[in-house]
Amino acid sequence: MQVRKQARRINSTAELEALRKSILDARDPKRSIIALCVGTGCLAYGCMDILGAFKREVAVQGLQDTVEIRATGCPGFCERGTLLTVYPQGIFYQRVKMEDVPEIISETIVKGKVIKRLLYVDPNTGEQHTREADVPFYKKQQRLLLGSNSRIDPTSIEDYLAIGGYAALAKAISQMKPEQIIEEIKRSGLRGRGGGGFPAGKKWEETRNAHGHRKYAIVNCDEGDPGAYMDRSLTEGNPHAVLEGLLIGAYAIGASEGFIYVRQEYPLACENLNIAIGQAREHGLLGDNILGSGFSFTVKVHRGAGAFVSGESSAIMSAIEGKVGEPRMKYVHTAVSGIKGQPSNLNNVETWANVPLIINKGADWFRSIGTEGSKGTKIFSLVGKVNNTGLVEIPMGMTLREIIYGIGGGILKGKRFKGVQTGGPSGGILPEQCLDTPVDFDELAKLGSMMGSGGMVVMDEDTCMVDVARYFVDFLCEESCGKCIPCREGLRVLRQILTDICEGRGKPEDIALIQEIAEVMADASLCALGTTAANPVLTTLRYFGDEYEAHIKEKRCPAKFCKNLTSYYIDPDKCSACLICLRNCPASAIVGDKGIVHWIDQGKCTKCGICFEVCPERFSAVVRISGEPTPPPPPPGTKVKREG
Amino acid sequence: MGDTITLKIDGQEVRARPGMTVLEAAREAGIEIPALCHHEKMTPYGACRICSVEAEMDGKTKIVASCGYPVEPGLVIRTRSPRVDRIRKTVIELVSPQANTDGDLGGDLKKLADEYGADIHRFEARLQSKSRRCTLCGLCVRYCDEVVGAHAIGFVGRGIDRHVVFFPDKASKVCASCQGCFKICPTGKIGAEADGTYFGFTIDDFLAGRL
Repeated sequence: MQVRKQARRINSTAELEALRKSILDARDPKRSIIALCVGTGCLAYGCMDILGAFKREVAVQGLQDTVEIRATGCPGFCERGTLLTVYPQGIFYQRVKMEDVPEIISETIVKGKVIKRLLYVDPNTGEQHTREADVPFYKKQQRLLLGSNSRIDPTSIEDYLAIGGYAALAKAISQMKPEQIIEEIKRSGLRGRGGGGFPAGKKWEETRNAHGHRKYAIVNCDEGDPGAYMDRSLTEGNPHAVLEGLLIGAYAIGASEGFIYVRQEYPLACENLNIAIGQAREHGLLGDNILGSGFSFTVKVHRGAGAFVSGESSAIMSAIEGKVGEPRMKYVHTAVSGIKGQPSNLNNVETWANVPLIINKGADWFRSIGTEGSKGTKIFSLVGKVNNTGLVEIPMGMTLREIIYGIGGGILKGKRFKGVQTGGPSGGILPEQCLDTPVDFDELAKLGSMMGSGGMVVMDEDTCMVDVARYFVDFLCEESCGKCIPCREGLRVLRQILTDICEGRGKPEDIALIQEIAEVMADASLCALGTTAANPVLTTLRYFGDEYEAHIKEKRCPAKFCKNLTSYYIDPDKCSACLICLRNCPASAIVGDKGIVHWIDQGKCTKCGICFEVCPERFSAVVRISGEPTPPPPPPGTKVKREG
Repeated sequence: MGDTITLKIDGQEVRARPGMTVLEAAREAGIEIPALCHHEKMTPYGACRICSVEAEMDGKTKIVASCGYPVEPGLVIRTRSPRVDRIRKTVIELVSPQANTDGDLGGDLKKLADEYGADIHRFEARLQSKSRRCTLCGLCVRYCDEVVGAHAIGFVGRGIDRHVVFFPDKASKVCASCQGCFKICPTGKIGAEADGTYFGFTIDDFLAGRL
């Protein structure tokens, strides 16, 4: 963070452009920049130490005027952290460690040489890529929103202004009437990125037309789907973009006050937002009479208290009012009666971040990206059993296959794909035959899943689909608010039924029972958490019904995952008595000796699977068995057939 | 507010005032819709879903909670249908394991179970959980908040762990002379497990993990 001079208030669009010009004039486009990710993912890799080392190294070598060390937000390829890009060449280094720092300075910065060892190598082709844009993970993306993350220091408003920041706000409030803005957003086809996919412009219009003495504009940053972190990275990496979108929306709907609801678990997002708010206020981009237009707006960051359900629109408004964050009936939309009964427009982080782009480039440009019913790009958090994990931003309409294989690089360890979970606990799990589905709001809904906020969890052949369904139901048992009976008690019973099936106590009539309960939950629950809560169960039943059947009728887990239905066995013909499994078994359940075939005492075995994991691949003597009896152990003292 | 709204409930034309809910309009017209968590003195809550009805508007039918759904001109309501009856039956079956007293239900819940043919023991064996004798209808909590204004009883926990507790510092001051929630509790739990001086289920118990 640089020490800033007391900012001068900007009073007009002309002054904003003059400031932007002075910032750009002071920057030498040829100066080297090391853009180092300090987002949450890379923080865990120790990027702050690397940042410090770069600063020291630059000082030691006296290169302060030659190179700028810029701490940026997340570029998305988190699995390969710590990440950095050297500008202006655009050299992309991954898995950077402390010891690489002096070499990067002396070789790349001083001599302009590329350090081959730090480049990304495509595991599928063996090809090495120097520039970020050529890495397959990035090549097929269209990073309209995330692309800015690695170009700016999120704590510097000057960086944001240098890439054209707040030009859309200036255009909106100086050249457009509120109705025109709403019309532009409606025409753009922007739909809510938080899950429901409701047309954003229509929602804005409803709030604008509603009666109230005060109107509110709210950012939903309560991202809670397991494995999803798109909104976190946007908020951490480019908080001014979210703020600019919010300001434009607030002006359009006539709101004078706003809230950014950030979940408890996102401290860095809060910190960067508060810095951005402070800077925007100092510059006259927030507060009274913004850019001399007469439009005034204040905004506060409201920290959540750690409840998944608080991301539901009526719950978020209760929480902001200071009440318990749980949903209430909203037969009258929150757009008409939200916070304190006043018209309140809530959009998700990613929705807001799209707004400046649409105002700058126009609705026609935005409409040109995506499918008939879903326009623009969508950020997904691609995680699970896939080679390249991280945040991916794709144009709507890209197929699941292109995302998982083209960008994600296929399934880990060459295993078989089984399913992909989209939409979090409200979404569904789609099988191989759905992989060529274009990703858009309506196509995913047709298959029984949903876009959701952007979680995308890839599962391989070792994943048990009944267990996955149980996982999501278990998650919701704890994360539902517990207010209405169908959701609370329906989940409780569903969890028990799924547990029974996983543990071998399932009955044939359970399938019909699940469907009956799911139907009542969908029909009668109070909020969308309850009405969609059974989706992971229903989609796994629909696409992986044979797995349920195997568990119930044959007491067999096809993925050999469910503990009660699986046993571990050492094939005496393959065991080479290497003692590795024996030493690693935490239950001391493995019997054997040097030269003596090992066997598992089934009475002691806790089925943790460690023996299976540690048995060297060249022996593969430990096998999992499900649906059939475990063979008896070999006679005591059996000698190995092959030496280890 | 002079306007009246005309809607149809179970084939009968019903007049209502703007701002009324479907449940209020129906009851005023003498049409009974069952409900567990509704009380005319308190804000609609929408937790029990027993009052679910079919609402048809512009040819589209959806299930709504009548206690919170506002009347609209031209709205067509069906208070009984196979879909509505199935919801009520299943909801009662789902909540019974948590709400029964020594294996049986009392009061309105018992009557409803009989009327809708609900098997109140359907999920009991499967869940093997001990009844808390509570449907979490929230009448006690809302009565204390909205009518008495004492805030001496409230919810703690989330999801399947949600339950009701007394806040002893407040309860010890106001409950002895009030006991409003004792009478309003549909399962009789509060009267049976607490008196004005002793609060059988308190926040202290919750925090200590005894609940």
